[in-house]
Amino acid sequence: MAQGISKGPRVAMNSKSRRGIEEPEFIRRILIGIAVGFVGVFLLLPLANVFAQAFAKGWSAYIQSLQQPDTRSAVQLTLLVSAICVPLNLVFGVIAAWAVAKFQFRGKALLITLIDLPFSVSPVVSGLIYVVMFGAQGYLGPWLDSKDIQIIFAVPGIVLATLFVTFPFVARELIPLMEAQGSDAEQAALTLGATGWQTFRHVTLPSVKWGLLYGVILCNARAMGEFGAVSVVSGHISGVTETLPLRIEKLHQEYQSVAAFSAASLLAILALITLGLKTWLERRQATEQALGQSDSPSSHEH
Amino acid sequence: MSIELRQVSKRFGSVSAVEDVSLTVADGELVALLGPSGGGKTTVLRMIAGLEVPTSGDLLVRGERVNDVPVQKRNIGFVFQSYALFKTMSVFDNIAFGLKIRKTPPAEIQTRVDELLKLFGLDGLGRRLPHQLSGGQRQRVAIARALAPRPSVLLLDEPFGAVDAKIRQELREWLVRLHRELHVTTIFVTHDQEEAMEVSNRIVIFSRGRLEQIGTPREVYEQPKNEFVARFIGVLNVLELTILNGAARLHELSFPAHGLPEGQTLRIGFRPYAVQISRNLQEHPYLAVIRHVYFLGVQLRLELETPSGLILRTRIVKDEFLRQGLEQGSSVSFQIREYRVLSTGANSLSPEVATVHSAANFAEGI
Repeated sequence: MAQGISKGPRVAMNSKSRRGIEEPEFIRRILIGIAVGFVGVFLLLPLANVFAQAFAKGWSAYIQSLQQPDTRSAVQLTLLVSAICVPLNLVFGVIAAWAVAKFQFRGKALLITLIDLPFSVSPVVSGLIYVVMFGAQGYLGPWLDSKDIQIIFAVPGIVLATLFVTFPFVARELIPLMEAQGSDAEQAALTLGATGWQTFRHVTLPSVKWGLLYGVILCNARAMGEFGAVSVVSGHISGVTETLPLRIEKLHQEYQSVAAFSAASLLAILALITLGLKTWLERRQATEQALGQSDSPSSHEH
Repeated sequence: MSIELRQVSKRFGSVSAVEDVSLTVADGELVALLGPSGGGKTTVLRMIAGLEVPTSGDLLVRGERVNDVPVQKRNIGFVFQSYALFKTMSVFDNIAFGLKIRKTPPAEIQTRVDELLKLFGLDGLGRRLPHQLSGGQRQRVAIARALAPRPSVLLLDEPFGAVDAKIRQELREWLVRLHRELHVTTIFVTHDQEEAMEVSNRIVIFSRGRLEQIGTPREVYEQPKNEFVARFIGVLNVLELTILNGAARLHELSFPAHGLPEGQTLRIGFRPYAVQISRNLQEHPYLAVIRHVYFLGVQLRLELETPSGLILRTRIVKDEFLRQGLEQGSSVSFQIREYRVLSTGANSLSPEVATVHSAANFAEGI
């Protein structure tokens, strides 16, 4: 055994005779080169450029443009919208995942498909759906008008549109996880006297917490970054119904390059944080799953 | 705590999992539910636990109907085949779970869990997570967790299915000791007849959702009610005989006709121990060659082949085998000391099935 290990690297290093299934060296280099080059040109370069443009006129100009009242109110609105949408979708996602993973019922396949719907519909279309529903000329428009409730071109419309597009993130993350875990542990908790809620709180939730957090982070990133659906229902009223992405677009159209890119840098920072957390959580989850597998009885004595 | 099932059936959609099962388990018994997989035994266990609700029939605990009592209120301990340990909790927290749910004072929980850790040979492992334990240790944690709230019944689903043979043997003995010490009514499911025979006071045999027989290990072995039970419990030689010239015959073997008419068929069965062999070819009426020798330890299992090609299985103590100077390929004479009529003609269940017939005298008389 020890011999085998000490030989291993040496053999690999000086062997010109690679195994038959491996590509020749130059093809390997070309493919890796294309992949890295593509990511560099289309992803890293623009990202770097956002910050370059934002700081084109120095640090103070950057701070100043972020302190414009309309930009500040856009940031606040974006935070508010995601503070409403993320918890709602968290609750909905957990309920949907629980229902799909633990129960057998008619229309289950349809439910799973519908949960995915927001992924496959263009955000603009989902925005338009709300305009048709709640707009002044929409189905519920006159009734809402008579009650003096405004949804379209107001914050409620933005919340609804954001809810719609961020709908699948948590549920999608949890369903496969819960399905894989089965319900033995939950049943064990029931036989030990736990109520449904205690079982959920002490057994189910801890075992899916990393997946849940992962879903929440992705959901949040999308909630803060959504443009299309929100754009349709918002009405672009500066300082009132303008979220950060909408604000960036407006600044850009007004040729306020530094201001636009400063605001954009906030979203870019959000993206980087999301990416970092996502990577960390993925690693966490992989470890936990590996441990979970060794927890199953098919693995053996030490 | 006594448990009674009265004509209990369970259907899943159009599939009938358990049909018309009635059985009683007395307080403090250790009972095995035995049968091939898909026999309905796990469903019966889950119904007792309250994890499944019977489609029809009554489930009684201490004489009271509990069909509608939810699982949380039944005060049972259930050990899952997969153990179903809470993987995010330490061994201590796993065992303490049922007590915490019952709002037991922390000091009491500490005492109880420590006591169980000790009883189950898990000292010092309280802070470990389930994935850091061996298979045998996990299984003991699962049983300790089920026992912690002092349930009145302990239910185990294939408790030894997932551990390897050596550990399985230890766990069996350990379960018997545990039952003797704690005296809690225990019901366990197994598909391994040897396990059921070795561990339980009584065995309940299931096949395709029906109860085939209830009895002590000795009863089901020595007085099987039907061919299924006879074949499922232990090794059984089965011969299909035809009545010819006043005797039931198959090749060179012949048995009494049992009053059956010529041409009628008859199935008989006999245990390996009923086949007696001798190196002396004159001693017994039939001849055979030892085709295979299987070492089982103190005993050996032999496969005999008669000149006409019949294969019979027998057992012999190793010392006797060596004393007679036998080996693979030896020629021997043999007799079948006793057998059981399993069925005659079209009747698959003969009233004679429980009667043991001595064949030795008859064979010698020919």
